[in-house]
Amino acid sequence: MSFDAKRAVRLALIVAATASMAACASKPKDTPGPGPSAGPGPAGPRTPGGGAGPIDTRALPGSVQDFVINVGDFVYFDLDSYEIRADAMPVLDAQANWLRQYPAVKVRIEGNCDERGTREYNLALGARRANAVRDYLASRGVASSRIVTLSWGKERPVDPGSDENAWARNRNGHTVIVEGAR
Amino acid sequence: MTFRPVLAALFALFMAGAVLPGMARADVEIDVNQGEVRPLPIAIPAFTGASRGAEMAQVIAGNLDRSGLFAPIDGAAFPERNLDIGIQPDFAGWKAISAQALINGAITVEADGKLRVDFRLWDVFSGEQLLGLQFTSTPENWRRVAHKISDAVYERLTGEKGYFDTRVVFVAESGPRAARVKRLMIMDQDGANPSSLTDGSYVVMTPRFSSTSQEITYMALRPTGSSIYLFNIETARQETLGRFPGMVFAPRFSPDGGRVAFSVERGGNTDIWVMNLATRAQTKLTSDPGIDTSASFSPDGARIVFNSDRGGSPQLYVMGADGGGARRISYGQGRYMTPVWSPNGDFIAFTKQTGSTFHIGVMRPDGSDERILTTSYLDEGPTWAPNGRVLMFFRETPGGPPRLWTVDITGRILRPAPYQGSGSDPAWSPLLN
Repeated sequence: MSFDAKRAVRLALIVAATASMAACASKPKDTPGPGPSAGPGPAGPRTPGGGAGPIDTRALPGSVQDFVINVGDFVYFDLDSYEIRADAMPVLDAQANWLRQYPAVKVRIEGNCDERGTREYNLALGARRANAVRDYLASRGVASSRIVTLSWGKERPVDPGSDENAWARNRNGHTVIVEGAR
Repeated sequence: MTFRPVLAALFALFMAGAVLPGMARADVEIDVNQGEVRPLPIAIPAFTGASRGAEMAQVIAGNLDRSGLFAPIDGAAFPERNLDIGIQPDFAGWKAISAQALINGAITVEADGKLRVDFRLWDVFSGEQLLGLQFTSTPENWRRVAHKISDAVYERLTGEKGYFDTRVVFVAESGPRAARVKRLMIMDQDGANPSSLTDGSYVVMTPRFSSTSQEITYMALRPTGSSIYLFNIETARQETLGRFPGMVFAPRFSPDGGRVAFSVERGGNTDIWVMNLATRAQTKLTSDPGIDTSASFSPDGARIVFNSDRGGSPQLYVMGADGGGARRISYGQGRYMTPVWSPNGDFIAFTKQTGSTFHIGVMRPDGSDERILTTSYLDEGPTWAPNGRVLMFFRETPGGPPRLWTVDITGRILRPAPYQGSGSDPAWSPLLN
C-alpha cells in the first residue's frame, strides 16, 4: 500500500470513527454486532452541477486531525516486547516535533496488547509500552508534565480479528490528544 | 452391611483418613478425586406437599448432574410417585431401575408463612437412611433450600463439602470487541437469578470474593485511570481503595478478609502491594524490575503465589506474605499466569500458555504434580469453588464472546456453566450461611 493510500485509509477510518462517535452520542442500546463496515461512505458518487475542478481537503494545522493524519498516532510493538522498534522512531520523532510546535497540547499514551495473554499480565505489559513511548517523547524534548500514561491491556483491540495481522496491530502505543489541540 | 458397591470400596481406599469419627459409612459413596468414576445413579422424585415440589427436585437434580459425579434418573422410569416422607420407600421398585440413592422430600407452608422442607436421603440397596434434615426459610428462598439439600447430599456421598449454595460474580460482556461493554453481574452458581451490579458505563475486570463476607473487590478502568474498589453485595455500598499514581489492578483478598493484595504500576514497572483494610496502611511487597502481578494468598495467609517475568517469561513464584523469600515454582514448558491458591491449600490453579493454546491447570504449592485440565484457543482466569474440587474459568473462541466453563481437578468433568450469556472473569463465592 502506498503512503497516500495509507493516508486515505486513515482518513476513512477517522470519518468512520467520527460517525461512530456521533452514533454513541445518540445513545443506542449496546447491541452486539459487526464493527464499522466497509460500505459506501458519505462521499458517494459525485453529482454533476457543482463548480468546476476538485476541492482540496486537508487537516487544519495543530488539530487532532492534523496529528492523526499527518504525524501518526500509533506505533507498534513486537510480541511480548516494549522496546521502541526502529520503524516507530520516525513516527515518535514526528510526534515530538509536532508536540513541541504546539506546546499547549497534552497527550495520554495508551498501551495496548494483543489477546494472547492474560488480562492482568497484559495490563502490566501495556503499561510498559505506554511508558516506553512516554520516555521516548520525553527524550526528544516533550515535557513529561504534558504526558500521562494508561494501559488498556487487551481490552481495546483496534483490530477485532484473531490472526497474526490483527495481533500485530493490537500491540501498540496510541498517542491520544486530551487537550490543547487547535 | 449386606451390599458394598465398587464405588464404596474405592472411596474407602482413598478417603479412609478423612471420614469424621463416629460418622456411619454409607454403602453408596463416591470418590471425587478418582480419575474414573461412574456417575452414581440417583432418583429425585418431585417433593410432595405445597408448591415448588417438582422445581426443587429439578434444581437438586441439575446441581448433582453438573457435578459429573451423579446421574439423576429420568422420572419416567420411577416406580412410585408422591412418596410419603413419613413412610419408608418401597426399595424393590427403586432397585429395579438401578437407583443406588433416592431422595424424597415434603414441602409445608407453616402458620407464619415460612416454607419448611423435610427431606431424606436413602441408600436403596441397604435400605439405610443416610440423611434426614429439615430446612425452614422464607418461600422466596426455595432455590437456596434446594441448593442446601444438594450440598448435604453431595457431602454425605462424597465426603467433600458441597458448593451449590454459592454465587458467582463475573463480567458480562456485550458489544463489539473494540468497544466492549463490561458489567459486573452476580448469579447463583447454577446460573439462576442473574443481576447487574454495575451499569457498564466503565470497564470492570477481575472481581474477587472475600471468603468471610458478601464483599467483592474489583478493578475499574476509565480513560482517566484505573481504580480498585470494595463492593458490598448486600448493601451495594462501594468504596475505592485510594488513589494511585499509575495503574492499579489485580486485587485479591487475604483469606481472613483483612487485607487486599494488588498490583501497582509506577513508571512502567509493576509490583505487588498489600493494604491492611482496617488501617489502610500500604506495604510494597516486591521491588523487582520485572512485572510482578496476580497475587493470591495461601489459605493460612502466610504465603503469596504470584506471576512474575523477572526470569524472562511469566512464571509462578511463591513468597512470604511479607514479601520475603520469593521462589519460582513453575518449570514446565510455556508461560504460567493468574495463579490462585485453593481454599484447601493443596493446589494452585493457573492459566498456562503454550504456543498457540491456553490451558487451565493445577499444581502443588511446591510446583510438583502439574496437571493440565483444559486446552483451547483461550482459557483464562480460574476461580475455586469453596470445596477446592471444582474450578470455573472463561473460554474464548477466535473472535467469539467469552463463556463461563467449569472443570473438576481431575480434568474429567469439563462443562459450560449453566449461564447462557457471555461472561468472563468469574469469581466463586464462599458457601452462603
